[in-house]
Amino acid sequence: MKCARPKILFADNKYCPGCGHGIVNRLIAEILEESGDDKKALAAFAVGCSSWMPDTFGVDCVQAQHGRAAAVACGMKRSRPECTVFAYQGDGDALAIGLSETMWAAIRNENITVIFVNNGNFGMTGGQMAPTTLAGQITTTSPGGRDPATTGYPLNVIEMMRTVDVAYLARGALTDPAAIRKTKSYIGRAFEAQRTQAGYAFVEVLSPCPTNWKMTPLDSLTHISKVVEAVYPLGEFADWKMKK
Amino acid sequence: MGYGMAKVLMKGAEAIAEAAVRAGCRFFGGYPITPQSEILEYLSWRMPEVGGTFVQCESEISGISMVYGAAACGMRAMTSSSGPGFSLLQEGISYIASAELPCVIANIQRYGSGLGDIFVGQSDYWQTVKNGGHGDYRTLVYAPNSVQETADLTQLSFEKAEEHRNPVILLTDASLSQMMEPAELPEMCGHDPDVPAWALKGKGDGTYKRHTSVMYSMADYDSYIAEKYRKIERSEQRWESIETDDADLILVAYGISARLCEEAVEISRGNGKKVGLIRPISLYPFPNDAFLDACPRHGWLCVEMTMLAQMAQDVAIACGMKQRVFDLGGGVGFFDTDTVLGAIEDIFSRRRKEVYGI
Amino acid sequence: MGGLTIHQDRCKACGFCIHFCPRQVLGASKTTINGKGFAPVEAVRGGCIECGVCHTVCPDCVFELDTTDAD
Repeated sequence: MKCARPKILFADNKYCPGCGHGIVNRLIAEILEESGDDKKALAAFAVGCSSWMPDTFGVDCVQAQHGRAAAVACGMKRSRPECTVFAYQGDGDALAIGLSETMWAAIRNENITVIFVNNGNFGMTGGQMAPTTLAGQITTTSPGGRDPATTGYPLNVIEMMRTVDVAYLARGALTDPAAIRKTKSYIGRAFEAQRTQAGYAFVEVLSPCPTNWKMTPLDSLTHISKVVEAVYPLGEFADWKMKK
Repeated sequence: MGYGMAKVLMKGAEAIAEAAVRAGCRFFGGYPITPQSEILEYLSWRMPEVGGTFVQCESEISGISMVYGAAACGMRAMTSSSGPGFSLLQEGISYIASAELPCVIANIQRYGSGLGDIFVGQSDYWQTVKNGGHGDYRTLVYAPNSVQETADLTQLSFEKAEEHRNPVILLTDASLSQMMEPAELPEMCGHDPDVPAWALKGKGDGTYKRHTSVMYSMADYDSYIAEKYRKIERSEQRWESIETDDADLILVAYGISARLCEEAVEISRGNGKKVGLIRPISLYPFPNDAFLDACPRHGWLCVEMTMLAQMAQDVAIACGMKQRVFDLGGGVGFFDTDTVLGAIEDIFSRRRKEVYGI
Repeated sequence: MGGLTIHQDRCKACGFCIHFCPRQVLGASKTTINGKGFAPVEAVRGGCIECGVCHTVCPDCVFELDTTDAD
């Protein structure tokens, strides 16, 4: 068993200590290198903490406008169907400004893979409320705690996507080695969906954001397993292989 | 349904679509909006015929984003819109310019701000020519005034977009896009998306390529970007001059407005008034060279379907602010040749106030 | 600690590896500060079973493991 930094992670990532993006980046890099798809990978990186990736994640990529990574990915996949195209987005990008593009890529069952990191806030801009911020959760724009009466409840986009015909939907977490391994298998399945042209694949990863949650990295993991997973249950929610 | 070299009676909007396909465009993502929905309708069957991609997107924003992705992959890619829809493209256009990728955007002007209306207008001049998006970038802007020229400039737009690695906007309007005129369409030319140096196809065994603002990978970006557009301003000016050499008054008009002015020049000359016309074909870069050594006795009359004298400003600048610039505007109310002739009469008899004086 | 290499320069002292290492082999250095300004992880005792958990939970690829039994 060999462990090392994947070659395409050619430089130290720029995330905060204990940030889940670092792990998700590695999982994707491992999967792409293990399958050899890194050679034909095209990435659409969103605006947010994912915007660090063009500097450290060594696959052909485009820096998409905020919220539009799914549409940019569709443009790339339809232009180069032989490539492995994925969008990498955070919760502000994919569910706030980009909800229309996110949903429509699913509605059209575009043959792309979307990795969506849910860390319950706008990380890059300093911890504002996001569509995934939990009820009562304090952020820099919900100082009294998120009030569903005026801001709605945390958005479960996978439930929305289950109403349309897609290939694969799953949600994983990074709370311990077992959860990380399971998340890696979900991401692997999502890329397999694309490889077999089964259609749209979406993996949501519950991710710690110690800096903006004002918790230690370890407490952030406990917060996810104890609190966040109650709102965002883990598992596979659509699987093209089960459909037949 | 192949088109030979013979003329074909065609709507302006469809000429854009067919000319794009013949220029090797194989990716279109757009959204319906009057008066340019025919571009989508045409390409919805024509693109599959040539093995291209047509996507009706969930919004104009999605359309320009898909064009961004396709352009990054080396495709000749295009979107089109009008008024409110064109406003939604601006962020994407800025990103594409910032990443120095080529694409073509057809902007079919319609009347008005807000909802506006679906009839002709030219009040999007500033938005289109002076950038609607953020940051230091420009887009080349070409303005046809016939269905034939619409087809020709569509092809030119794709060539110039790749030559300068920059978005190009084809600026036309509701009348030119809805009218039918005979046009000779350019030959079908192939385009291999693998050829452009910027084309993403997966890094293979090499190093990866990335498309984001070029400033991140360029040492002296500031002087580079300034020089890029100065070079375009020097080399890409296009205009048509009609009877300007001895003219006492020169009209300045683009697109549909220029057609009225051609008639006004002819009639005026018949009445003994020496009137000429400069018709800008490139609006960026504005054809300043056309104004260099011309100094008509009565100055210049801009004829444009806007009430804010948008292009007149550029004419005043082109004249070094040293000549009289008059403006005949339109909006809800149309002007016709007689209105232009009336304005010419007023100017010759010094009964009209200029918008930019000496 | 046969095949485990620790790239201390990459460590941001998040503590995941220290917490999840099944043999408590790892701990925060008390003597060095790395280029990022963190007290990086180090092996504080022997007993590494080369399970790779540290690599799995690490957000920064600090650990490199070349298992001695050639696979």
